[in-house]
Amino acid sequence: MNSVMNEDLTATGTLVRFALRRDRVKLPIWIGAIGLGMLYAVSALPTVYSTPAERQVRAGLMDSPAAKMMSGPGYGLDNYTLGAMITNEMVLYLAIPAAMMSIFLITRHTRAEEETGRAELIRSTVVGRYAATTAALIVAVIANTGVALLTALAMLSGDLPATDSFAVGAGIGLTGLSFAGIAVVTSQLTEHSRAASSLAMAAVGAAFLLRAIGDVSRPGGNLLSWLSPLAWTQQARPFVDLRWWPLLLSVAVLVVTVAIGYAVSVRRDVGAGLLPPRLGRAEAAPSLSTPFGLAVRQQRAGLIGWAIGLFVFAVPMGSLSDSVIDAVADNPQLGEVFTANGQDPVDAFYSTMALFFALLVGAFAVISVLRLRSEERTGHTEAALATSVARRHWFFAWVGFTTLASAALLMISGVGVGLGAASGAAGPSTIAELAFGTLAFLPAVMVVAGVAAALFGVRPSVSALAWIVVGYAVFFGMFGALLDLPDWIKDLSPFAHTTAAPLADLPVVPLLVLTGLAAGLALVGSTTFRHRDIETT
Amino acid sequence: MPAALEISQLHKSFGQVKALDGLDLSVPTGQVAGFLGPNGAGKSTTIRVLLGLLRADSGDVSVLGKHPWIDAVALHRRLAYVPGDVSLWPNLTGGEAIDLLSRLRGGPDKARKNELLERFELDPTKKGRTYSKGNRQKVALVAALAADVELLVLDEPTSGLDPLMETVFQDCIGEAKKAGRAVLLSSHILAEVEKLCDTVTIIRNGRAVQSGTLAELRHLTRTTITATLDHQPAALAALGGVHDLRYDDSQATLAVTFDVDADEMPAVIRQLGQFGVRTLHSAPPSLEQLFLRQYGDDLVGADS
Repeated sequence: MNSVMNEDLTATGTLVRFALRRDRVKLPIWIGAIGLGMLYAVSALPTVYSTPAERQVRAGLMDSPAAKMMSGPGYGLDNYTLGAMITNEMVLYLAIPAAMMSIFLITRHTRAEEETGRAELIRSTVVGRYAATTAALIVAVIANTGVALLTALAMLSGDLPATDSFAVGAGIGLTGLSFAGIAVVTSQLTEHSRAASSLAMAAVGAAFLLRAIGDVSRPGGNLLSWLSPLAWTQQARPFVDLRWWPLLLSVAVLVVTVAIGYAVSVRRDVGAGLLPPRLGRAEAAPSLSTPFGLAVRQQRAGLIGWAIGLFVFAVPMGSLSDSVIDAVADNPQLGEVFTANGQDPVDAFYSTMALFFALLVGAFAVISVLRLRSEERTGHTEAALATSVARRHWFFAWVGFTTLASAALLMISGVGVGLGAASGAAGPSTIAELAFGTLAFLPAVMVVAGVAAALFGVRPSVSALAWIVVGYAVFFGMFGALLDLPDWIKDLSPFAHTTAAPLADLPVVPLLVLTGLAAGLALVGSTTFRHRDIETT
Repeated sequence: MPAALEISQLHKSFGQVKALDGLDLSVPTGQVAGFLGPNGAGKSTTIRVLLGLLRADSGDVSVLGKHPWIDAVALHRRLAYVPGDVSLWPNLTGGEAIDLLSRLRGGPDKARKNELLERFELDPTKKGRTYSKGNRQKVALVAALAADVELLVLDEPTSGLDPLMETVFQDCIGEAKKAGRAVLLSSHILAEVEKLCDTVTIIRNGRAVQSGTLAELRHLTRTTITATLDHQPAALAALGGVHDLRYDDSQATLAVTFDVDADEMPAVIRQLGQFGVRTLHSAPPSLEQLFLRQYGDDLVGADS
């Protein structure tokens, strides 16, 4: 790597201020939301689990493979203090948003700028060649420091030991930064910011999967856990037996990825990816004749990526069902805990899996519907509507694609989990049962998509608020039981009304209500879209 | 014959900003209408209203006898549009984008498309994101000109084209006119408007400040006369309608240049004959002069 000269960093300070100015709303929301998540856990958990005995009951629950997969390696389960509880069950779900914030931040200020051509304008002025990437990294450091401080302070407010609190905060912030580094690399590989952030998000998924398998395989996790940046905060064992050095692994990832990113960035042209663009067909295929054909074409690559990602994720998750079956066989008490809810432990495991994948597909659905917004902003919608395409047709082509693609992704996830389960002790019929059981979440996914579509119709500038519904569903779907919340709060999530397994217990009426709600929301979107101005830049 | 396009008293505001403030515009069938105005005058807003992309606040708009908002879909089968700033789908090739737009409109004409691709020297196999501005413009032009429609709506269609391609474009518009199509051409390039357009509307601050045939507009302004004379034309300055009288006696002969109001032309020419005319050159006002004068006057008006 070339040594970085001062000249190469010219104007970095200006670009940092500029980036902070552009992100003055976004970043505080991300940082504040992560901090609030921690504050909420710190203040709510002591009231739900006020005695050590109650906490040990929770620890017993968390000892199951399914719980470990979704939480952590289970340090301190034998003496489940508030700190150990937060580290084991909350940290992962605060580190993932920190990683997402960092990934979007880096791609927004590097690859997206190049893709739109704005970087060209910036680089034509007195700006060093490393300045843009360095400025984005500095902003990432500022943001993740904010995350680290806020989460640590939130823990201090609950009278938790200071050193361990700061270790957790630093761990979450450094996890965010290691994914910022990964995003610096993925931003070099492709010309598209969307592809760059998708690749980095795939790395988050892989990290989650690695530590899930590792943490289930052995108490405290095995080598696979150690390969995952998402695991290192928990591996520092805060509130149990603190060791700082696992956090250094995040620093190492950051240093290595940034070095790679810098080295590649000066060896390529501004605006180009590592792979040169290829020539395409001179004439459009017959399928590219309708708005739906266009929607398919525009999202085909993304859909294939999601399908592969979900499937690769689902098979190993499904194969963990053997551990559940074994654990129940070894420990009949555990079985009782589950069956106390009136559900078979294996069915409970399958339902949790289905919910988990349905939430991911919900995120896909929002991304997919919001393509309507980016098509409009870039002027593509204007070009299409200037031909004889009705607005309703345009709208439902894109929303229709979202519906079909979501259904396919749910099926694929279910088949993946089923294949994983059937590779072990579960029978082959599990595959079909799980495929349709997961598909049962389609109405819930479509409600989320419907919210996005309705917001897009009413006021496109606020359509991204649909993410709040996803965030709500994830938070209360994952922590509703932990926080022992009133039912109506959990029931507000569209995902709370589906039980995937056993298939015979499918709640038909709620699913019909959700379907109706989704259709109503889509209709609101289509009607309002028909009656408003088309926005252009 | 009914007008292909008729706008009267069109108003459109975006929040506090008045984009269109009582605009009148008309394009007769089979004619090419120029639509001129400085940046931000409201040209693109007008065009988006005509396409039913924006809803007018008030005023009457009729395109090919239909309402652009209510009858958008049926109407768009009969018109084609080239935006001022063409944004292509980055992952579709130019050829795919042309085919898609043609098919969405209905009735793609492959032979005509191929002919236009050749004339505009456009490579249809490149991806949208790799085209230069001029080539993106060509993609939109080919898609629009290949369509068998009654009306072409072109928003600064030649921005980014090289002079060679501008000539090709002008030929295409000439052919469209011959085929009986109406064209609304918004442009900054006055020479292009002068060459192509039958009528011109000049818009400023969302309002038409001048409109008519080029001849009519020229009538409103002054012709520049340059003459070589035997005698000092003393009486000329006193004549009504003569402006900016300038002498050049550095040569052996006396040269004089001045502007004449169109109405006063016969009287001035009669007078001029008395001073012994050796050479006479008369230049009709260029559109540029019209344009500048219109804006100059407006600017003065706005400042005072």
